[in-house]
Amino acid sequence: MAVKFQLNGKQVSADVEPDTPLLWVIRDTFGLTGTKFGCGIAQCGACTVHLNGFAMRSCVTPISQVEGGMVTTIEGLEGKEARAIQDAWVGIDVPQCGFCQSGQVMSATALLKETPNPTDDDINQAMAGNICRCATYVRIRKAIHNAADTLEG
Amino acid sequence: MPDRIFRANIPPTTVDRELSDTNLADTRRVDRAASTGLSRRGFLQGTAAAAASLVIGIHLPGKARARAAASAEGESAAFAPNAFVRVAPDNTVTVMIKHIEFGQGPATGLSTLVAEELDADWGQMRAELAPADTEKYVNSLFGIQGTGGSTAMANSYEQMRKAGAAARAMLVQAAANRWNVNADEITVSKGTVSHGASGKSASFGELASEAARLEVPADPALKSPDQFNLIGTRVRKLDTLDKTNGTQIFTQDLYPENLVIATILHPPQFGATVASVDDSKARRIKGVIDIKTVPAGVAVYADNTHAALKGRKALEVTWDASKAETRSTRQMEQDYSKAAQKPGLNARNDGDVEKALAEADTVLEAEYFFPFLAHAPMETLDAVMQFKDGKVTAWLGSQIQTLDVGALSNVFGVDKSNITLYTQYAGGSFGRRAQPGGEFAAEAAEVTKAFGSDRPVKFMWTRENDIQGGRYRPLAVHKMRGGLDKDGNITGWDQQIAVQSFMKGTAFESGMFEDGIDASAVEGSQAMPYGIANLRVGQHLMENGVSTLWWRSVEHTHNAYANETFLDELLEKAGKDPVEGRLALLGDKYPRHRGVLEKVAKMADAAGPVPSGRQRGVALHKSFGSFVAQIAEVSDNGNGEPRVHKVWCAVDCGVAVNPDVVAAQMEGGIGFGIGAVLYDAITLSEGGYVEQSNFDRYRSLRINEMPDVEVAVIQSTEAPTGVGEPGTPPSGPAIANAWRRLTGKSVYRLPLVN
Repeated sequence: MAVKFQLNGKQVSADVEPDTPLLWVIRDTFGLTGTKFGCGIAQCGACTVHLNGFAMRSCVTPISQVEGGMVTTIEGLEGKEARAIQDAWVGIDVPQCGFCQSGQVMSATALLKETPNPTDDDINQAMAGNICRCATYVRIRKAIHNAADTLEG
Repeated sequence: MPDRIFRANIPPTTVDRELSDTNLADTRRVDRAASTGLSRRGFLQGTAAAAASLVIGIHLPGKARARAAASAEGESAAFAPNAFVRVAPDNTVTVMIKHIEFGQGPATGLSTLVAEELDADWGQMRAELAPADTEKYVNSLFGIQGTGGSTAMANSYEQMRKAGAAARAMLVQAAANRWNVNADEITVSKGTVSHGASGKSASFGELASEAARLEVPADPALKSPDQFNLIGTRVRKLDTLDKTNGTQIFTQDLYPENLVIATILHPPQFGATVASVDDSKARRIKGVIDIKTVPAGVAVYADNTHAALKGRKALEVTWDASKAETRSTRQMEQDYSKAAQKPGLNARNDGDVEKALAEADTVLEAEYFFPFLAHAPMETLDAVMQFKDGKVTAWLGSQIQTLDVGALSNVFGVDKSNITLYTQYAGGSFGRRAQPGGEFAAEAAEVTKAFGSDRPVKFMWTRENDIQGGRYRPLAVHKMRGGLDKDGNITGWDQQIAVQSFMKGTAFESGMFEDGIDASAVEGSQAMPYGIANLRVGQHLMENGVSTLWWRSVEHTHNAYANETFLDELLEKAGKDPVEGRLALLGDKYPRHRGVLEKVAKMADAAGPVPSGRQRGVALHKSFGSFVAQIAEVSDNGNGEPRVHKVWCAVDCGVAVNPDVVAAQMEGGIGFGIGAVLYDAITLSEGGYVEQSNFDRYRSLRINEMPDVEVAVIQSTEAPTGVGEPGTPPSGPAIANAWRRLTGKSVYRLPLVN
């Protein structure tokens, strides 16, 4: 049975096994590869997308639960928070290997939408689900503050 | 890769002649080094997009001419004077990066060297990872094509500058010819070639085709450091944007037409093999195409990733453990400890340590236990391979291309000339992608070959494959003894290191071993700089069926930890200040060690007194030619575990080509070290089963555990050395020293948090 949902603003239909994680539908079926596989058990956050505006881990979300939902991936990320985050990322060269960074950007954007001026504790709480093995955390923290400052200014 | 300049011992047919930096000439084969060759949804012909460019070739001796790269357009306008630099008609300058990029920065760093001597505008620079081609892209410090030991900058510094300088000279000559003026009247700045008197100017792109017809200068002059515009400054990293908007393509992201996805189930113990397979359930899963037993385990092939993962889960396999390593970690530790109680093979033996310890006023003894550690790069090991018409094409995050190509040649039974390997951007490595026998490449090749078709196969490890897949930082036991005289001087130091060698039996053995000593096993201890008259470092090489490998900064991780924590404890016992005490032991023979230690002490002092409830610890270590000192500030998080608030770091890596990349590598190296020292261990239960399988039980440092980091880069005119690894070794001992000073507890067993 095909599952219908919105992917980056477009209505799509996926005719896959209902237990297929959203991650593999995004990647294998629709060819959007910015969302990454890192662990498969919602421990690392590399697969973070937005479902109905909230950051969630697509590697453990069966496609059957996405019926009628609105999914946004890094490729479809829009809005002033997303722009501020990505500009801030580029501004201080946050990424190293870069593999986790789509997930980091998705989580950080969701944070700024919810909390426009986050404290370090807010950042820790919102971003602790996203592992970066290169440990770019110092810059992630700084870039989120920079992005918040940009939006305020 | 080890902290030693060595040359791999591999058959002469694959070891190409050493690169002569002064011998600038065209490559006879002007084929442009191919790109990744893949678009997101299909294979492009790797070289078709190259069109015609100026490519500069640096290796072959004798006179030759740069030529336009062959293309359908024939004599079109691009310029490729060597294998590293391509100037295209659209005015972009592409640098072929001979070192794999996984975050440590060669794409930007090596491009900076070319741009500097070329006087290019940074905005016109592009980077492309070079494919496997040992002749063109050899690491001159290894003798093969490969990345490791933090050597990328060190072995490229002159080479890439000369490549840029050669291209500049040819562009200038082309302009001189066109304008009929003297070349020495021409200036180049930010990508524009100008002749002041006539007011004429041209871009690189406009001059490319004319430059391509000129002779490549044999020994172009290089700038003196005072002429640098880019080296020593922060230029924007070339790969940041793509890594921020999701467009950077990694091996995992390759989806060529007609792709098959393959996963694998490995044996649960090291050395076990497949006895029998019941794949009936797996075969019934929709999307599963086939299942094959391969040397490394059982491979599942499917139309999509979900089916390949599900099929893997449904396999029922009986394993033969008759040749497996079945000891638990505890048993291994006992075996190693037993060995370390006696003197081993001396890697260093100054004075008479036994006499010194016998006569000492105070003797301190400690036994250190270091666990296996997994690298756990964010992107698990993966590869795309296709075996078609007797030719192999591989897309791989290859860290030692020469050895990976050798492995592919063996498995597929084809000559190396029929293998094309496109180096891919990789999601981290920390050593894991550099394998002395090309083992992962071989495994992927076996899986691809067993499928028995010419469809491309994407072979992807799961995180469980990764965490349980071995090639760990070796388990190690150190027995330390130190003696103090009545004035608190350290009079004797004995360090017995029991550790497994991962160099033995590989292509690196002959280069790494000298008189039975594995230079890697004792690195950082053998060369300890402190002035202790009676000092012995003994090596005990242990046998172990668990496979091991270099892990970010290799054996410096445990050796530096033992050295710097034990020393700190001796200094404390002697009532000496940890910084002053170290400086006194360094004397005047080690100015660069002193420089970073004095600098980091100043940084911490400038931050003011230590807040109540916290303590600071210091550590100093040289690795891979670079000197790093760190001070960590630590408190108790309320659960009897350390919380690291701040790390100050001073690094001297010679010329810092991009100080911001250096700082980023220190930040990352510190985070990597802290995570491991605080939380990580791979342990084996009775029978030899790995007890961790994913990030739930093999924790990674998370953002809430990451301290603030402040880095100072020492200004230096010394030749550049590495930064990918040297930030890691001091981070653990700095924390442990702070923790001991805070709690009175010495940390002899890692990880610190159990």
